Parts: sequence; structure tokens; C-alpha cells
Amino acid sequence: MAEQLQDLGDYIAKGNQQAVTATSVRLGELMIAAKPEGLVALLTFLRDDPRCLFKQLVDVCGVDWPEREKRFDVVYNLLSVKNNQRVRVKVATDESTPVPSAASVFSSAGWFERETYDLYGVWFSDHPDLRRILTDYGFEGHPLRKDFPLTGFVELRWDDLQKRVVYEPVKLQQEFRRFDFLSPWEGAHQVLPGDEKAAEKADEKAKS
Amino acid sequence: MSDVEIKTLTMNFGPQHPAAHGVLRLVVEMDGEIVERCDPHIGLLHRGTEKLIEYKSYLQAVPYFDRLDYVSPMNQEHAYALAVEKLLGITVPERGQYIRVLFSEVTRILNHLLNVTTFAMDTGALTPPLWGFEQRELLMEYYEGVSGSRMHAAYFRPGGVHQDLPDGMLDSMEAWIKQFYPFLKDIEKLLNDNRIFRQRTVDIGVVNPQQALDWGFSGPMIRASGLPWDLRKSQPYDVYERMDFDIPVGKTGDCFARYLVRIEEMYQSARIMEQCIGALRTVTGPVRVDDRKISPPRRGEMKGSMEALIHHFKLYTEGYKVPAGETYTAVEAPKGEFGVYLVSDGTNKPYRCKIRAPGFPHLAALDMMTKGHQLADMSANIGSLDIVFGEIDR
Repeated sequence: MAEQLQDLGDYIAKGNQQAVTATSVRLGELMIAAKPEGLVALLTFLRDDPRCLFKQLVDVCGVDWPEREKRFDVVYNLLSVKNNQRVRVKVATDESTPVPSAASVFSSAGWFERETYDLYGVWFSDHPDLRRILTDYGFEGHPLRKDFPLTGFVELRWDDLQKRVVYEPVKLQQEFRRFDFLSPWEGAHQVLPGDEKAAEKADEKAKS
Repeated sequence: MSDVEIKTLTMNFGPQHPAAHGVLRLVVEMDGEIVERCDPHIGLLHRGTEKLIEYKSYLQAVPYFDRLDYVSPMNQEHAYALAVEKLLGITVPERGQYIRVLFSEVTRILNHLLNVTTFAMDTGALTPPLWGFEQRELLMEYYEGVSGSRMHAAYFRPGGVHQDLPDGMLDSMEAWIKQFYPFLKDIEKLLNDNRIFRQRTVDIGVVNPQQALDWGFSGPMIRASGLPWDLRKSQPYDVYERMDFDIPVGKTGDCFARYLVRIEEMYQSARIMEQCIGALRTVTGPVRVDDRKISPPRRGEMKGSMEALIHHFKLYTEGYKVPAGETYTAVEAPKGEFGVYLVSDGTNKPYRCKIRAPGFPHLAALDMMTKGHQLADMSANIGSLDIVFGEIDR
């Protein structure tokens, strides 16, 4: 099974040398890393080639890796109903470089790309209708980025005097807690609010 | 002859509308009674599930899946459980797999009962929902029996199911199935040859196989368009490959075909339930993996064993760490392909968990399906799409 997938991956890479940068098979799933430039040609190839026939674009989503220079992965999951096979195409990009839209190849890409744009702020060039889709009208920011706080920036309530919904900065009734489970021996590095200087001193001590 | 100027009318539909099946807002451009363009505005039920899951341990993420598509909770837990199990590299014991398949089919019937009957209500029939909801209530008792909760069960966990079936449940289920077949016949009698229902659904919202593929359709939607595609057959998970059942395929791809496919699927689900019940009478053993680093010990064990107590504490505070990797795992949920794209970075929390809801691409195709139809046909189309906003807005 894995060899068969690897063969298919090699075949796809051979047919699209300008787009495909790497292929791999992990956990029985074929993954193709590609460059944005040849993406539309690659997806068209995957859809129309008689050995591939990935006629369905099942999903498009983003993944954020803030420490990377090209921080976003845009992941396309494709399905071939004819050959009963799946393939995953990955493209890396950053906040300002647009990825060519797949909406001309698969109609379902339209909404999936809108969602990726909304949640991550990835730009798609030549998209017919790139608007926000899931978040509120007039929302600012891209909530699924790793640097976007879980609690968000604004909260809203109905103001009975003004007779409208008002937006206010988030006020947390309790401090947001995030436990660190990764260092079982040293415990979490939590600084008490108002006690930041003590932590700094401790750091200096540790350095000297 | 002077030019006739046609003014299109822009109309707002929803977000609160009985035929919208939740909080759907549509901005419709109309030429008289004919829909020229419809633009769904979604996201009114957006709760940031994917973001929340990134801040929770793998076990704590399970209940969020109940709250996506709240009429088919267990199928979604199933997709998530399978994805985590794939990354962990574990297999569920046989009995656990049978229980999961049994309850996946219970859920499918729950979902289709809701959809078929409310679809009938959208087109003007009030009796089917009144009858169907009684059956749904009976099925939810089984949910309550295994998990303590009628809807948000959190019953399928990575590694198996939470606990074994209570005594007597299999007998009671068997009795339920016996009375379910005549019930379905009654529903069919109400709707199949009903003149109003047929006038409202036949040749409405026709989707051909090419369009179904292009728009990413799955589940009953793609089958009604004539493509025999079902993940339970083509990419079987758990014990589905041992089950004997048929896949109904529609011929016309219209609203009526989608209704017929769902009705037939309920018969097939009841068949699968019967087979699971038969198997569960003989297959014994644990219902979840016997690995204390993944599944917690029983309460009784904790009373006497220090190790068990430590394992319990660690699992419910820190949780287990999942090896780094990524997977796209999909199941055949009642509405279509429900997929989970899970990225792990080796810690106790998912790095990214993308939920692929089947209703999302279906709703995206609403514009294509309703173009040129009358306004009243739009509610028939929405009803046949089987959309639930919990999963579309996430």
C-alpha cells in the first residue's frame, strides 16, 4: 500500500517538476509539498490525469507555524472517488504573499479559501469573492493565528440605554490560566500579577 | 417598442426563519418570484471550536465534537477518536468496535429521522415530525443509557468507548428495531405518493454527478446524484467491513431522490444494528484499550491501587502525549464525509485540528442549486441539504 502510494507520488512529481518540491508517505497518507507558482497547474493535473482523477477537493485549511519564515501552510485534501484514494497538497506562504486560488479548478474551493482567509489571513489571488465568512461583520484580525489570544480582543453586549449592541475590550473575571505540562519537574513558570520584578530578579540571579 | 427595465429585488431571508434550520441568513436577489442569486451569510453560530481545541488536551476535545452537528454527535466523536488512534498507533478491542458501529448507526437513524421529517415540514406536512420525534426520543434513551446524556454523549473516546453497555440494552434495542420497520413504512406511506410533497420536491434542485464532485458533495447528497460512494464500504473503519448492508443510490439527483436515499439508509442502518446486536451477544472482552497510559483505570481499581490512582490523576490533568505527525481521517457521518485533519507536535494538546464538516460545501452549492427556481423551492432545497449550523459555523 505504502509503495503504491509512493509510486503515485513519484509519478505526480515527475509530471509537475516545476511545482512539486517533495513527496512523502506517512501513516498511509500521501503528502505532496508544492510551490505556490505551479499550484493551479498541479491541481488541474491531479484532477484530470487518468492515473490520478482526484475529482473532489474535500478540504482546504491553513496551519500556522509562527517560528517559520513562511509561517502558513495551506493544506488541500483531495479525494479520488474513482480510485478510492486520497492525497494532501501543502503550500507554504507568509502574510503578504498570495496563493493562487483553486476556485477555477474546483468550485468547492471558493468557500474553503474564504474560510482560510478569514481565520488565518492568507491571501488568495484571482479568488472570485474573497470575503470573511465565519467571523462577525466588521471583525478585525485573524482568530486562528497562534498569536491571536484565545479570549479575543473585544466582547459585546446589548446596551439598553443606547438600544444597540456595543463592543468593549475584553475584561476577564479571572486571569487566563494556561498550565505548562511540558516540564514535569520544574513546574510552570507563572508570574504572579504585580510581581513581575521578583521574577526578573530571580532570572538575573540565575544568570550570575 | 421601448426597452423594458427589469428591476431585481434584494431580499433578506433569516437569520431567524423556521425553514432556515438554524441561523442561516440569505441575501437573495430576485426577479419577481425567481431567484437569480443567493448569497448565504454564515458564521452566526461560530464558537471558535478549532481554536478552543488547540488549548485543550486530547481527551478534553471530545465533547466539542458533540456540539458541532448536534443531531449526530457520536459519528463526529468517532472521526476524532479514529484520528487520535491513528496518530497513537493503537487499535480498539473488538467489542469496543462493535459498540461504536452500533451507536454510529443509532446516530444515523436519529439524524435522518430529524432531517426527513423536518424536510417534510418545510414542504407543508406537519404529521411526519410529530411521529418521528417520538422515535427519536426512544433512541435517545439508549444514548442516555450508555453515557448519561441524551445528546452530548462524549461516549466514543480515543481508545474505545467510555463504558460497556448496561444490562438489557440489547434486548430493548431489538424490540425497538422490530417496531421501527413498520414505523418507517408509515412515514413512507405519508410522503412517497403524497401529491403535495412530490410537487414540491421532484425535479427541484437537480445536481448531476459532475456537479456533485465539483462542489465536494458527500454522503446522501452524492449518492442521490447517482454516484455509489460510501466511506463505510470504500474505506471501512472499525468493523464495517464485516457488516452486510446495501448502499442506496438515487437516479435523478433532485430533492425527492435525496429524501428516498435517506429513507432507505434508515432501513440499512437498522439492518446493521441487528447484526451488531447479534455480534455483541457473543463477543466479550474490554471495550477500550488496556493501556493505562491512554485509557484511565476503573473506579474500583483506584480504591486499592496506588498506581491506578496516579494514572487516573495524570490522565485527567495532563492527559497523554501524542507522537508528532498529521492525519486526515474521515468517517461517513449521516450528513456526509466528516473529516478531522489533526496535526500533533508531540505535546498533550493538538497543534491544529481542522474539522471538515459535510454541510459546509453543501451549503456553498446552494446558489448553484437554487438559481432559476422559485423562492418557495429554496426552502425545499435547504431542507434536502440537511444542514445544521453547529457544524457549518463551528
